[in-house]
Amino acid sequence: MSLDAADRGWFAGQVLGLLPELLGTARRLTGSSADAEDLVAEAVARAWINLDTLHQRDRFRGWTFRILTNLFLEGRRAEMAHPTESLLDDVSEQFSLFERFHQPFLLWWGDPEREFLDRLFREDLERAVDALPDCYRVVVTLADIKDLAYKEIAELLGLPIGTVRSRLARGRGLLQKALWEHAVDAGLGRTPSGTRTNLP
Amino acid sequence: MSDASIITCEEALSLLAEYLDGELEQVEHATLERHLAICRGCFSRAEFERLLRKRLASLGSEPPSPVFADRIRSMVERFTL
Repeated sequence: MSLDAADRGWFAGQVLGLLPELLGTARRLTGSSADAEDLVAEAVARAWINLDTLHQRDRFRGWTFRILTNLFLEGRRAEMAHPTESLLDDVSEQFSLFERFHQPFLLWWGDPEREFLDRLFREDLERAVDALPDCYRVVVTLADIKDLAYKEIAELLGLPIGTVRSRLARGRGLLQKALWEHAVDAGLGRTPSGTRTNLP
Repeated sequence: MSDASIITCEEALSLLAEYLDGELEQVEHATLERHLAICRGCFSRAEFERLLRKRLASLGSEPPSPVFADRIRSMVERFTL
């Protein structure tokens, strides 16, 4: 199938409409603005080259995101499958931000955890996600930001579903731990004596 | 007689992530929903986790700078037919 000017016009419209989502996803996957822009540009170029293989154009969105994710993962799958031991030894999967906000010795009333979320700036959340080690950030991004099923994530990363499940639990635990540390720094986790908590 | 459809808070919390991810089997899903309907603590925890995920999901969209949008636009215009 050859592509004509009408195809290119359609493609341009689709891509520009998807650009914020493509960029947001790329930003979370790479953890870097410059890398994210390059990844999106490369994904758009690859989508155009392969457009004649997309038989149902109403699937353009999912197809393009898959191209973007696969491009990001090229050369990284081995690293994703075998992260360093120290990362795998982390026990943060048990960490619960909600439980920290409900410790009885904290001076809280109302819904402290909701207040925290209401006051949490986007940049602080981005910083916490970006700081996650790659093997966790990618799984959290695919599950919590792209809303992919465990099975889809397992297929994309070439990992068993059980590994996806445990990486997700650990990644979310690490993320909540980072957000708790941010809450403490922001003065949202204070003991009755006024001293900041210093929890592990 | 024990009722297998009744679970403890500990069991409920161990199922919570998969429940919110839509990964539970129908029976476990229904069992957890029954627990959440009668347990204020677990319900609050579930609501918090849901709100946090909603905030996270919002990070999946980022407005491109005008320079980057122009870069993509001009790149597409140069694509050969």
